[in-house]
Amino acid sequence: MIRNWPRLLAPTGVGLGFLLLWETLVHAFNVPFYIVPSPLLVMHTLVQDAPLLFGSLLVTLRITALALLLSVTVGVLVAFLFVQSRVIEMSLFPYAVLLQVTPIVAIAPLIIIWVKDPLASLVICATIVAIFPVISNTTLGLRSVDPGLLDLFRLYGAGRWQTLARLRVPSALPYFFAGLRVASGLALIGAVVAEFVAGTGGTASGLAYQILLSGLQLNIPRLFAALLLITLAGVALFLLVSLIAHLTLRRWHESELRPED
Amino acid sequence: MSDSAVDRAPSGSAGTDAIRRLSGAPIAVEIRGASKRYPNGLRALEPLDLQVREGEFATLVGPSGCGKSTLLRMVAGLLAPSTGGITLWPADAVVPDQRLKGNARAPQRLAFVFQSATLMPWASVEHNVRLPLDLARIPERDAVQRVAAALALVGLDEFPESLPRELSGGMQMRVSIARALVTEPRLLLLDEPFGALDEITRNRLDRDVRDLWAQRSLTVLFVTHSIYEAVFLSTRIIVMSARPGRIAGEMTIDEPHPRTDEFRTSDRFVHWCAQLSQLLVTSAGAAA
Repeated sequence: MIRNWPRLLAPTGVGLGFLLLWETLVHAFNVPFYIVPSPLLVMHTLVQDAPLLFGSLLVTLRITALALLLSVTVGVLVAFLFVQSRVIEMSLFPYAVLLQVTPIVAIAPLIIIWVKDPLASLVICATIVAIFPVISNTTLGLRSVDPGLLDLFRLYGAGRWQTLARLRVPSALPYFFAGLRVASGLALIGAVVAEFVAGTGGTASGLAYQILLSGLQLNIPRLFAALLLITLAGVALFLLVSLIAHLTLRRWHESELRPED
Repeated sequence: MSDSAVDRAPSGSAGTDAIRRLSGAPIAVEIRGASKRYPNGLRALEPLDLQVREGEFATLVGPSGCGKSTLLRMVAGLLAPSTGGITLWPADAVVPDQRLKGNARAPQRLAFVFQSATLMPWASVEHNVRLPLDLARIPERDAVQRVAAALALVGLDEFPESLPRELSGGMQMRVSIARALVTEPRLLLLDEPFGALDEITRNRLDRDVRDLWAQRSLTVLFVTHSIYEAVFLSTRIIVMSARPGRIAGEMTIDEPHPRTDEFRTSDRFVHWCAQLSQLLVTSAGAAA
């Protein structure tokens, strides 16, 4: 544990030093709070506006969680479909790429117009952003099977489903989790971007909406506080997914083994 | 041993009876004109004929690229021959390909041990060994008993919960052998199973294979690079040569079983090895 201290202390020190410098500079040059608020003011605003901001955070997190759930469900099903046949993969994969490279800002207005329910439209936008790493990583994982084990399964007359469930799925888990880690961040970004685009046409209560509104009202401390919440939510989500991956893989996969094992 | 043994093949021993008995046994593997040519034009194997009788310990020896692993994979039904055919137990007519399509009439009678242990890294020793039974949907209670028996047979009954990465290379190979034995096969195919292990571990596993073959009246088709391994274990050695792969010669190791470590250090053993080595050299020369 003691060896891990620098890993925690070093970045914390850098962060605190940065905040201290920021606070000092803001006061030294008398920067007005509507241009750059001091870190202490941002903290103060966060506490003061907590009911409003945390309510908005929950709205954004709900969109993120639903989008992530949808990405995993649809993404994994598509990956299953892809490994069943090369023809299916060849036919559909370019469209998965198309989905990935199309800027969400460009198609979000269309989706918001087409889908009546504001929550559903935002979830769909965030899903479009987050789904690609799930599809591509899971497909790669389902294909990255030890050829010897594949021979073994054939030798013992394993069916398609037995091979999928007992061999391909466990082999794909490390790849899937790597994809999920990327997707969790993207789902949050997707949710925020979609809220931005939707503006007042959306649920009108998420964190992006608060940022938008604070900017218009020149309430820059609140904008910073909302930004801080989004960032912290993203980090927390990443840690949660990493923890799940660790608990699942720690006994057997190289990526989760400590060097001394 | 007399000095003259150096000049001629050892002969006239208690082993002869066993060999004679084998020659009357039913055929386990019948290969008729089987060849393999890959789509890129590479001729891996010229058409060849080979019969292995039940109870034999037949070993394929030859240089890399002589097609011995290809031949073994064709016998297992993992690879289809380009020409000719392979029949297992021709008396019951089991064609390897049919068996793979889940032919209900053909029970699970062959097992394959690969060059590496080929274990599922996420599954415990017990679950790895149980895999063939699970795939065949054998009831849990029956499966657990058979797994325990197979693990005891290879001396791993104390490690059912271990994961493969927690075991040494030799122990992993034992798990692989236990998995092959758990279906109680009649034909065991081994593809250079101990090539990656150190000499001491390899010798110990060779003795294990020898005992299993004798106790369970298995038919074994074994592939190896090692002259010593081949001589120690086999009742018959089939020498193959490369480019193109074909059978270059055959020799019967007419020695009594079970073969002991004394045999391994005897003059007779050295002589058999020299003879096999000579056969390998001449067959390589003929091909060149």
